[in-house]
Amino acid sequence: MSRVRVLVGTRKGAFVLEADGKRQNWSVNGPFFGGWEMYHLKGSPADPNRIYASQSSGWFGQIVQRSNDGGKTWEAVGNKFVYDGVPGTHQWYDGTPHPWEFKRVWHLEPSLTDPDTVYAGVEDAALFRTTDGGQNWSEMPGLRGHGSGPHWQPGAGGLCLHTILLDPSNPKRMFIAISAAGAFRTDDGGTTWLPINRGLKSQGIPNEEAEVGHCVHRIAMHRSRPNVLFMQKHWDVMRSDNAGDSWTEVSGNLPTDFGFPIDVHAHEPETIYVVPIKSDSEHYPPDGKLRVYRSRSGGNEWEALTKGLPQQDCYLNVLRDAMSVDSLDKCGIYFGTSGGQVYASADAGDTWSAIVRDLPPVVSVEAQTLDG
Amino acid sequence: MIRVALPAHLRNLASVDGEVVVEVTGNATQRSVLDALEASYPVLSGTIRDHVTLKRRPFVRFFACGQDLSHEPLDALLPEEVVGGKEPYLIVGAMAGG
Repeated sequence: MSRVRVLVGTRKGAFVLEADGKRQNWSVNGPFFGGWEMYHLKGSPADPNRIYASQSSGWFGQIVQRSNDGGKTWEAVGNKFVYDGVPGTHQWYDGTPHPWEFKRVWHLEPSLTDPDTVYAGVEDAALFRTTDGGQNWSEMPGLRGHGSGPHWQPGAGGLCLHTILLDPSNPKRMFIAISAAGAFRTDDGGTTWLPINRGLKSQGIPNEEAEVGHCVHRIAMHRSRPNVLFMQKHWDVMRSDNAGDSWTEVSGNLPTDFGFPIDVHAHEPETIYVVPIKSDSEHYPPDGKLRVYRSRSGGNEWEALTKGLPQQDCYLNVLRDAMSVDSLDKCGIYFGTSGGQVYASADAGDTWSAIVRDLPPVVSVEAQTLDG
Repeated sequence: MIRVALPAHLRNLASVDGEVVVEVTGNATQRSVLDALEASYPVLSGTIRDHVTLKRRPFVRFFACGQDLSHEPLDALLPEEVVGGKEPYLIVGAMAGG
């Protein structure tokens, strides 16, 4: 029987939640690395027991941890993230040039085929790669070397590269997203990059349809259709049917189209999920009701999923990397909150229950579907 | 032999209890102690000072014999009491927060 492992990163440590395929009874293991900020943990698709974790602290900087046994034991691997060449400058909040400075790893994306190869999205925005299981990290400089780099400006959370999508049908193609520069695509394995922001409109920037400068919060794809992308932007939910060459808005009847995470059902590529948040200055759900919204039509028509979720006095947030799906039948979906709850649905969102309620604020959630 | 006291998070990271002891060759300075510490415990590289610039991380402080050495030259000699092992060299995570 299949099992599920959910990797949870929080502001004060990591947790590993496990259940059998029924997904009713969960074990909660942790905290691992107590007191450290765990921005992201993710397992290798090629070896699910190989897990990488980003551990950081305002005091002691960045550590990368690796587990070879599914999160039971861990070893620290390389933590040297040095920009390629002379780093140069990007724009600061006030528009002045600011030197590129490494702060932390936001997202780790293991290769689809090689457990020793991992991509790291970092703040200040850059893409790094290891090919030796995390011992050594090298920048892929083509991204920051894109001519627009000096004009990138941080979002409120920093100039972070937070999303990395690998195309399962084309090993040379990947997508990344940066707050607040936008989305980019490479078709040559990372040597050169193309901004893919046509169709995005962002009020509040000098040119609301600029080539770069958009605050993209998250991108998602279904592995069977890698040319179809879904985006939760700062405001607006968007989709692209041409690998990001152009985008159209699919916010439709959402109560608000601000939010952070977006994800796709494991077996239905047109079924997508978002968590609407009231506004960028009020990081909590509208009306005090925690509602996941599901669209079965790839956007525009949305239904509220509320069974088992608090429907009064709820004022928490769900961050961009804090939603994930498993690949069981029915599809399981998981998300973590700033209030420390991890909610799970074993029926594609129809009903929900909390696996655990009182963790530190949740930053990231990744589900793994395991054999046996 | 220099005694070095680490903050709790770095003791956990290095998998050590209590103080650690490092041996320096040549003059015992803050730089030579940190070099020896990172050589003995590579996992601490980058956590106390920057990998490239070797500058102290902003929320890390260095003390010994009741003195704050954080702003002293890294190549200045450490106090006799530290060199002789009577007193530890303290690496401290600054108190910060509200």
